[in-house]
Amino acid sequence: MNRDDIARDDDFTGRYARYKRGKMLFGLFLAAALLAVAVYSICAGSVYVSVGQILRALSGHGDRMNEIILWNIRLPRVFAAIIAGMSLALAGCVMQCLLRNPLASPFTMGISQAAGFGAAFALIVLAPGNVHIAGIPGAVLNNPYTVTLFAFAGSVIGIIVILSLAKFAGLSPQAMILSGVAMGTLFNAATMLLQYFAEDIKVASVIFWTFGDMGRVAKADVMVMLLVAVPAFFYFMRNRRAYNILAGGEDTAKSLGVRTGRLRFAGMLAASIITSVCVAFLGIIGFVGLVAPHMVRAVIGNDNRYLIPISAVFGALLLLGADTLSRTIMPPAVLPVGILTSFMGVPLFICLILKKRRP
Amino acid sequence: MMNLVLQAVEFSYPSVPVLKGVSLGLKSGEMLAIAGRNGSGKSTLIRCMNRILKCRRGHIVLCGEEVKNLRRMDIARKMAYHPQKTSYNFPITVFEAVLMGRYPHSEWDGDKDGEGHVHEALKMLGIEDLALRDFNEISGGQQQKVVIARAIAQEAKILLLDEPTSDLDIRCQLEVMDTIRRLVKERGISAVVAIHDLNLASRYCDRIVMLNKGVICGAGTPREVLTPENIASVYGVDASVHESGGILHIIPRKPIQ
Repeated sequence: MNRDDIARDDDFTGRYARYKRGKMLFGLFLAAALLAVAVYSICAGSVYVSVGQILRALSGHGDRMNEIILWNIRLPRVFAAIIAGMSLALAGCVMQCLLRNPLASPFTMGISQAAGFGAAFALIVLAPGNVHIAGIPGAVLNNPYTVTLFAFAGSVIGIIVILSLAKFAGLSPQAMILSGVAMGTLFNAATMLLQYFAEDIKVASVIFWTFGDMGRVAKADVMVMLLVAVPAFFYFMRNRRAYNILAGGEDTAKSLGVRTGRLRFAGMLAASIITSVCVAFLGIIGFVGLVAPHMVRAVIGNDNRYLIPISAVFGALLLLGADTLSRTIMPPAVLPVGILTSFMGVPLFICLILKKRRP
Repeated sequence: MMNLVLQAVEFSYPSVPVLKGVSLGLKSGEMLAIAGRNGSGKSTLIRCMNRILKCRRGHIVLCGEEVKNLRRMDIARKMAYHPQKTSYNFPITVFEAVLMGRYPHSEWDGDKDGEGHVHEALKMLGIEDLALRDFNEISGGQQQKVVIARAIAQEAKILLLDEPTSDLDIRCQLEVMDTIRRLVKERGISAVVAIHDLNLASRYCDRIVMLNKGVICGAGTPREVLTPENIASVYGVDASVHESGGILHIIPRKPIQ
């Protein structure tokens, strides 16, 4: 090897190392931003709690009121937003990759609509227990756990039907997308049918549920979301290289040793379950699952070794930022977080599309 | 020694029989061309060899083991595949595309020497400068080289190449075929190339198998297979075959009509 070759090798290695370092720095920047927003989000609200008060409350030497606010309201809410944002972004990222379709997301695959139907069924047909919704006189949210369970059951039934239909058709991406779109439409229609025959108050309850709200969760709910999201994250990370290969097409993936049918089925199942758990506890939160991976992809490319973890961090940042804004923009009112995620994300997304346009 | 043996292989799409009792063998260090008209079963045959498609009847034996009994990962360690077209629906760099070739050799935490293998493959094909370019934004000839680089990184004993020169200009065609030939000679691997250009097949390949409607109608050296009679019977074209400098040249005599 002569000196020119060595110089070229060093240059090559250096260029690739810089390229990878750029991606990691972007991820670290987002993680730092997430931490900063999380701290602000814990402090901010109708009662301001300073960082010092938070630290004292965490160590058990704080004001009783601050401890209640921190442990029962702020921390569950912040962690719910972080875990749900991560879960939805992960689900969207993996679905887009598995189905080789940029429009794939938990919402477009019909899972959210299935959960919505489950919740509507519980609220309108079963009506067990009564929980009054603060700020909406007369509106009633029935026993929240019944609604959660039925929303989860609805989405699981949706997943089973979508994956069974797709399996029957050979587990191709097209079959999965078409099954998802068809089932989403069907569940929407079924929800509308229930609403058509329901009393006005119950219809209002269903609509309220579909808005999506981080304030609904208790500490135990956050733990359930975490227990589902963490194994799913590690499963997705374990398969990150296989997802990269799948982007090159079915035949290429098979020739490189990927069991495409099994990978797609298991990945869709895991993505659907983490979505179902989030939707069941929080209601429908659109947009994050679709757009967070695209935004990250526009910056760091489609290498899933980096895309999966960074999308998760960005999804958490987007949802936590939106939720914080929804609580603080016009207090004491709390806006539905889904509206904020769209208002915050769409302009950024459009900027990225325009920036990426070809000459 | 035979690296790959096919015995009476049959394959059908739901209502269309495509391969009807195909038998052939591939020695190590050999470059085999599969020629024939569009729809004659060339691509299907290649995709059956590495079990992308499962053959209905017959046996495919890879290095002494029946392909249907092997795990997909084991097949991938021995056979690399170059599809007719490769495109990525999301942006991906050339480096990452070639790195995929290391997947069959990866542990759960990755392949420690993977980047070194990728570098070597890119260098061998003289495309290191493309490493950080988007795969979808380079030319067709460069894309073909990238896919071949991926096959090199895969360290397979057999290359299956489905029309690697389609859509390429004459210089790129020669560059791609030169590269494949060089790999076969230098690394002692075997290559199966589905190809339409009979002149390229005769120039670069040791043997040619000619398929007609899923049946082998000629197999042997280029001189044995590329006769005016075989060309007329398979393609329905009246062609003359000349030899100069030990290389055959096939020239159609007149238009079909």
